[in-house]
Amino acid sequence: MHDRRVVVTGLGAITSLGNGVEPLWENLLAGKSGISHIERIDVSDIPVKIAAEIKDFDIEQYMSRREARRLDRSSQYFWVATQQALADAGIHYEEDDPAALRAGVLAGTGIGGVETFEEQLNVLVERGPRRMSPTGIAMIISNMAGGVASIDFHLYGPNSTVVTACAASANAIGDAAEVIRRGAADVMVAGGGEASITRFAVGGFSQARALSTNNEDPQGASRPFDLNRDGFVMGEGAAVLILEDYEHAVNRGARIYGEVIGYGMSADGYHITLPRPGGAGAARAMSAALADAGMTPGDLDYINAHGTSTPANDTTETSAIKIAMGDDAYRVPISSSKSMTGHLLGAAGAIESLVCLLAMRDGKIPPTINYETPDPECDLDYVPNTARDVTVRTAMTNSFGFGGHNVSLVFGAVDS
Amino acid sequence: MERSEIEAKMKELLVEELGLDEDKIANDSRFEEDLEVDSLGVVELLMALEDNFGVQIPDEEAEQLTTVGEAVDLVQKKLDG
Repeated sequence: MHDRRVVVTGLGAITSLGNGVEPLWENLLAGKSGISHIERIDVSDIPVKIAAEIKDFDIEQYMSRREARRLDRSSQYFWVATQQALADAGIHYEEDDPAALRAGVLAGTGIGGVETFEEQLNVLVERGPRRMSPTGIAMIISNMAGGVASIDFHLYGPNSTVVTACAASANAIGDAAEVIRRGAADVMVAGGGEASITRFAVGGFSQARALSTNNEDPQGASRPFDLNRDGFVMGEGAAVLILEDYEHAVNRGARIYGEVIGYGMSADGYHITLPRPGGAGAARAMSAALADAGMTPGDLDYINAHGTSTPANDTTETSAIKIAMGDDAYRVPISSSKSMTGHLLGAAGAIESLVCLLAMRDGKIPPTINYETPDPECDLDYVPNTARDVTVRTAMTNSFGFGGHNVSLVFGAVDS
Repeated sequence: MERSEIEAKMKELLVEELGLDEDKIANDSRFEEDLEVDSLGVVELLMALEDNFGVQIPDEEAEQLTTVGEAVDLVQKKLDG
């Protein structure tokens, strides 16, 4: 248990399943896939032609063209999700508001401004260094989403960025909770943004043989825990949670979605891209998060799995859940929202935290879609294909990143 | 090139390349104070002028520019030079 409790009072998201939290949630409960053929970039020479791409995003609805030109797409998504989350929380700081000094940002991203990087690298090669954009570096660096959020939304407290690949925004949320717990801030904007549907990143992940090549059936391509899964499908977007000191939230009459009650981390210490077989590393993160929450496996109502749909992850994660949960592994419902959102890399942990909180709010668990053929090595309850009505008082989300970073977060319901 | 052509092109570049508001751009508009062009914006402007007018503008000369009119003068001088 912790002296200062940390609760979630605002949510924001932009994904291929819609601009906003509610369209995302409705589509997830309906089992709808956001995956389609890639349209933004030329994929004619790349074996992978599908992604959970955001098709109708217009940043100029939110800021001037001049401002937008200085923000990489990944930061633009984070900006939009931040604006939504702050509005949802009913928080707005003027430039000279003393409370703004107690509000910060913890952002996560996998590869930051890769679209700008690719663009500027082409300029360097084709036209030379004297034609590179003076704003290029500031757009590429991974911390800029958080930097710009502090500028535009007047958040002058602790501000940092975590870069732990696909665990990044889960880390950001856990770290943000700890910032509040130690009294360094009252409010933290926490989450992640990713926009890596670029030739550089799709080409690179494709060469790592990490991606599904089920180009004929985009909506069926992400099939976590199914025997015929063949890789993950890249997604893009952002999700942001407003974390707040419990007393601070109660005093201002804020609506509370839930509490951050457990945060666990571990390192596989095994391989640059592959998870440690057997899942011992991931299991330690899950056990650490449960211990941090003061819970036993029997207390857990739902696991939002990392569930990437790669052959290695889903087998390993299943083993890890069995190690961490014991016999309760077979009882607890587990689902992968990546079957619908694709894998948002550094933003995935934030999206999936949001799923845990909404599952608690509505008593509904979104399904793992495309689950057709059971894999003998994945033999748990993955909430196949149809959302389930069930009371959720506690929920865990897992996020694992290249480099062997394992992060688990546990959220708990707060009685009003 | 006629001065009016340079002025028109200059305005177009400030709108297209720097994202400035067309209505705010006048001959005597000051880059920093009136148009809020920061140090990074000056470099963007420099590149845009070089690319679009085919001139070379050293940093020392670019740093002297205060207003839109002065930029037009400089481009004209380079083209005539």
